[in-house]
Amino acid sequence: MSQAAQQRSGNLPDINQRNADWYIDKLVQYLVFLSGISAIVLIIGIFVFVTIEGLGFLFEDFSFREFFLSPWWEPTDEDEPTYGILALMAGTASVTGLAMLVAIPFSLGSAIYVAEFATGKKREFLKVLIELLAAIPSVVWGFIGLSIMNPLIIDLFDVPVGLNILNAGIILGLMAAPIMTSISEDALKAVPDRYREAAEALGGTRWQVIYKTVLPAAKNGLLGGVLLGVGRGFGETMAVLMATGHAINIPGSVFDSVRALTATIAAELGETAVGSPHYQALFTIGIFLFSITFVINLSADLIVRGIRKS
Amino acid sequence: MSSTELIANPFLETDLNASAKRTEKLFQILFMLMAGLLILPVLIILTTLVVKGGGMLSFDFLFTNPTNGMTEGGIFPALLGTIWLVGVALIISVPVGVAAAVYLSEYAADNWFTRAINLAIINLAGVPSIVHALFGVGAFVIFFGFGTSILAASMTLAVMTLPVVIVATRESLQAVPPAFREACWNMGATRWQTIRRVILPNSVSGILTGVILEVSRTTGETAPIMFTGAAFFIPVLPQSVFDQTMAMSLHLFVVSTQVPHVPEGLPYGVALVLIGMVLLMNSASIALRMYLRGKKKW
Repeated sequence: MSQAAQQRSGNLPDINQRNADWYIDKLVQYLVFLSGISAIVLIIGIFVFVTIEGLGFLFEDFSFREFFLSPWWEPTDEDEPTYGILALMAGTASVTGLAMLVAIPFSLGSAIYVAEFATGKKREFLKVLIELLAAIPSVVWGFIGLSIMNPLIIDLFDVPVGLNILNAGIILGLMAAPIMTSISEDALKAVPDRYREAAEALGGTRWQVIYKTVLPAAKNGLLGGVLLGVGRGFGETMAVLMATGHAINIPGSVFDSVRALTATIAAELGETAVGSPHYQALFTIGIFLFSITFVINLSADLIVRGIRKS
Repeated sequence: MSSTELIANPFLETDLNASAKRTEKLFQILFMLMAGLLILPVLIILTTLVVKGGGMLSFDFLFTNPTNGMTEGGIFPALLGTIWLVGVALIISVPVGVAAAVYLSEYAADNWFTRAINLAIINLAGVPSIVHALFGVGAFVIFFGFGTSILAASMTLAVMTLPVVIVATRESLQAVPPAFREACWNMGATRWQTIRRVILPNSVSGILTGVILEVSRTTGETAPIMFTGAAFFIPVLPQSVFDQTMAMSLHLFVVSTQVPHVPEGLPYGVALVLIGMVLLMNSASIALRMYLRGKKKW
């Protein structure tokens, strides 16, 4: 190194020096990393803690056959408590199924209207309104099912009880629809405009463009939206607790009262002693719910990611 | 025969065109009706709430205790309890959420690990609220020994709404142009100096929209607080985070299902106040977002 160069580097600050700023920077990097992995830690934490509380039941009273195949959920029976969640699963499935029958066509139709037909102010207004609909808390929906839908169903269909699959299904459908609309709209917006332009250049009307080009291209995103809606319906608690009638029942018609998995936990956890088999059985239902929604969310993500790659 | 008659005018509408146009119009109207039908019931419901619950609203209703087995009186302890729960939940989730978003936006490489984090965030947002409640009971109430308290309930709420903060913050951090960062690094600033002095100040209002949205979500949650810290009825106001409290959302559940002989208007009044709080907060978040979008300089 020439003397001149040596002198120059002597005057410059050493870029590798470890001053206070360097240490603060490192410290922040670690702190930020710790927060960054919080979501992973929490997901694992949820699984671990819910499993730990349910573990005693899993090892002692749990029988796969009884748990999944028996329709008798009688945890408080003194002689022989039974822990079968078949009827509860049927309740959850029937309510979620009806909710999807309501929500899928309406959210898809609304999403197509908002994304492809509506323009300018009307579009902004609809989007804001739909976002506000998604914000209504589930306990308020439950209250609506209880106080508005219940008498309405009794009047309209001349049935003795208005708290049933129909009530909860419609409520849940209305709850899930705004979110499914937003996700579907995102999926439609993600289709590049050049697809639409090419189809229009071939002489297609707007509906032909949508039906033949946009919908097939957005297929995966739309499916992902539906799956997330199913996941949400599956995990919904308060609205389902208040609007289904909460009667353990394998339903024969939409006018039957049912009971959902989530609602069972919400209704019974407060009455059980910590560590009792009943308490642990409720946590076992929790593990089941967690696993199902985990799989649903995972597949929704994989399906949506599928379109991004291609 | 002149040549103009030999060639059909290609711009004339054929029957096929016309029927395709009719179909288009038909579907446009159908979809518009669907969007309308999605919104209409909710408007009817909101109107019913206002009509039936509006009469309940008064200064006394908001600022006095419930009396006579919760069939009379006001909702003050529930209102104050909700503010406690939301406040403590924010103190916990906002720093962690913002830091997590900073990591994802400013530090994380595009690899499997980051994908796993993103997947965990999506899943965390999708875990049923009652499972969050079970987690809260197992972890905060029992394992960490907080008991049923505001602290345990707020931590459960914080875990549940963490994804909202992370996603909103990450979005507003990523909206800061890369050139801002590069300019700052070239001045010799460390990563942290860049984040603190350039990136965060330029995205703080975007973060705020996310936080307001989280407040709105937290206010309405019921299941996660039922067994972790919110109680049906407590005659005294909470003094610290280790006390139990009433909450608006649980109070609505209680007065509409658990208490006999409640006058018809009371639950409507509670529902109206709750939904009013939530929608007000949400509208504020949306308005702020639109204002920011209009003001954006880059």
